[in-house]
Amino acid sequence: MSFLLFQGSVAVYLLSAAAYLVFFLTQNTALRRTGRAIFVVAFVLHTVNLFARAVETGHTPITSHHETVSFFAWSLGCCYLSFRWRYTVKNLGTFVSVLVLALMLIAAFSSRGAFPLPPALQSWWLPIHASITLLADGFLALACIGGIMYLLQEREIKKKRFGLFYSRLPSLETLDKLNHHCLSVGFPLFTLGLITGSLWAKQAWGAYWHWDPKETWSLITWFLYAAAVHQRFTVGWRGRRVAILSIVAFLSVLFTLWGVSFLLKGVHTYVS
Amino acid sequence: MSRDAIVLLGVNHKTTPLAVREKLALSAGYEEPLRALGQLAELREYYLLSTCNRVEVLFTCTDVERAQGRVLDLLFAQNITPEELERYVYRYVDTEAVEHLFLVAASLDSMIVGEAQILGQLKEAYRHATTIGCSGFVLNKLLHKSFSVAKRVRTETRIGAHAVSISYAAVELARKIFGELAGKKVMLVGAGEMAELAAEHLVGQGVAEVVVANRTLQRAVNLARCYNGRAVSLEELLDQLQRVDIIISSTGSPDLILRKDEVRRVMRERRNRPLFFIDIAVPRDLDPAINDLDNVYLYDIDDLHNVVEMNKSERDKEAVKAQRIIAEEKLKFGKWLANMGSTPTIVQLRTMIEQQVRAEVEKTMGRFASLDESDRQRLEKMVAGITGKVVYPPLHYLKSDNHCIGLSERIKTVRDLYLLDSNNEDDQELP
Repeated sequence: MSFLLFQGSVAVYLLSAAAYLVFFLTQNTALRRTGRAIFVVAFVLHTVNLFARAVETGHTPITSHHETVSFFAWSLGCCYLSFRWRYTVKNLGTFVSVLVLALMLIAAFSSRGAFPLPPALQSWWLPIHASITLLADGFLALACIGGIMYLLQEREIKKKRFGLFYSRLPSLETLDKLNHHCLSVGFPLFTLGLITGSLWAKQAWGAYWHWDPKETWSLITWFLYAAAVHQRFTVGWRGRRVAILSIVAFLSVLFTLWGVSFLLKGVHTYVS
Repeated sequence: MSRDAIVLLGVNHKTTPLAVREKLALSAGYEEPLRALGQLAELREYYLLSTCNRVEVLFTCTDVERAQGRVLDLLFAQNITPEELERYVYRYVDTEAVEHLFLVAASLDSMIVGEAQILGQLKEAYRHATTIGCSGFVLNKLLHKSFSVAKRVRTETRIGAHAVSISYAAVELARKIFGELAGKKVMLVGAGEMAELAAEHLVGQGVAEVVVANRTLQRAVNLARCYNGRAVSLEELLDQLQRVDIIISSTGSPDLILRKDEVRRVMRERRNRPLFFIDIAVPRDLDPAINDLDNVYLYDIDDLHNVVEMNKSERDKEAVKAQRIIAEEKLKFGKWLANMGSTPTIVQLRTMIEQQVRAEVEKTMGRFASLDESDRQRLEKMVAGITGKVVYPPLHYLKSDNHCIGLSERIKTVRDLYLLDSNNEDDQELP
């Protein structure tokens, strides 16, 4: 059941991304509305899929690699929709739908099997820690997308050569604001994720901090974002520098998510 | 007499350097020169257009050479030498004048083809002429026609599809940097015409405040008043940079007035809020290296030209289409003008014959006024009937198109046959 829902949502995300991309190139406004409607449908399917999977496996579906990435995609969609509801950022949907689709495809190609949870993970900390962290990742991903869009647009304006993006991307101010909001929501959530993780670690393994690779990289990521937020709110950095910092920090997020799990070994491995 | 000639005299950016145009520009508004033109007995209808790129006067008259001389003396001769006058001022008569006016209205004669400002300026100029009452039957028709031609060109071709003029380009860039312009502040450094134009567009976008910095404070105060803004002196430039967001610089200064290091310091105090510099001065006012700073964007006049040029090749294609529309409209208006030529003759002929018939009737029957109502009506009918019958053959001769003799030729024949030019001096009254 959940598998069918998952396949369905991937297919609908694919449609949505296609509609958004065609809209991006042709600037046909009707297509944008279609793309957004399809995206919402896909998001709803995806949400139902997560619930179905939770019921089927009997635990929060953020334990295996497939589940984590899928939940990551879901939280990104969630952040985007919550933003779309409050602010209009021209053409953000195109970038988000493509990234969500990419994440969903990664999830689709990783093992979908459901495994019993090891005793260490059987805790009510699991849903809290994992979902907060991934939701934070969603906001940080959005900040990264905003950063990429900012750099593309800024480059064309600075170099005074206007190509594909000048007319299609929103104003620099809007993109900078997007970054501001995403950081000011994402960073506290990320911090909260670290704290809950550490509390859970105390409960499960008896110490707040183990220095296992995942924890170390999370801390590095946290410092990167702390630097971005600090520079932004106290020194008044904005625009290009913060955009670059957001992108670099998000690469660190991705490394924490995948690199650590596959390249380095630690207690934080995915269930398999 | 035949109809009046339509004459257009003027200078524009294509024929005349800026230095000469500046001397000719009607800086004091339309009212005074229009009234001055009114003193010339040679002109029947007239109208004036003055923008930063052109000064043109359009009038109708009977004696082209004489009227032309008088108008040039009045408007242009004090400011430039006779040689310059000869070299720069173009003269168009009748259909050429019509075509030129259409080209101007449709923005095909503009420095930046397709910009929309010229039509507004044309309408403004026409409004001044109508308030004073110096445009008449022919010019009203001609100018209204030129507005509709401009509209036709705009709707049928895509010549005005993109933001084209320099100032539009600047505004569009500002919107890409700042998003909403509402609440942003603009500073004009120096007060050139282009700067004013750009400022006007920005104010149209809801800019919060305009600050004018100028070497002579009086000029700054005057300009600031136009936008409900503030005037400051040039020495306060750096202080003001902390407060404003968009700077349009157009001073006549031979040196740079702002350098990279100065702006870098300002940016720290601004907490990196973006600054957008537009340098439309030649030679440049602002250090080009300013553009290398983060969150600072500098465009000079060439950059803006390039922005505009990007749209241009497509625009030129559309211009060909627009030219065709104008040629078409010119032909139509030419036909109307040609008919206009016979109208005074027809009216005059009819009046003359009617007067003669009436005179004869009155000779036998006594004054019309003394007759009773029903008799008078019957006689009136008779007068009209006879006039109609008598006038019919010459009218038919004038109006039928399938002649190998031209219209002006035919008009002349009729006028000669009926002695219209020799026995009637007050034909000036006729429309």
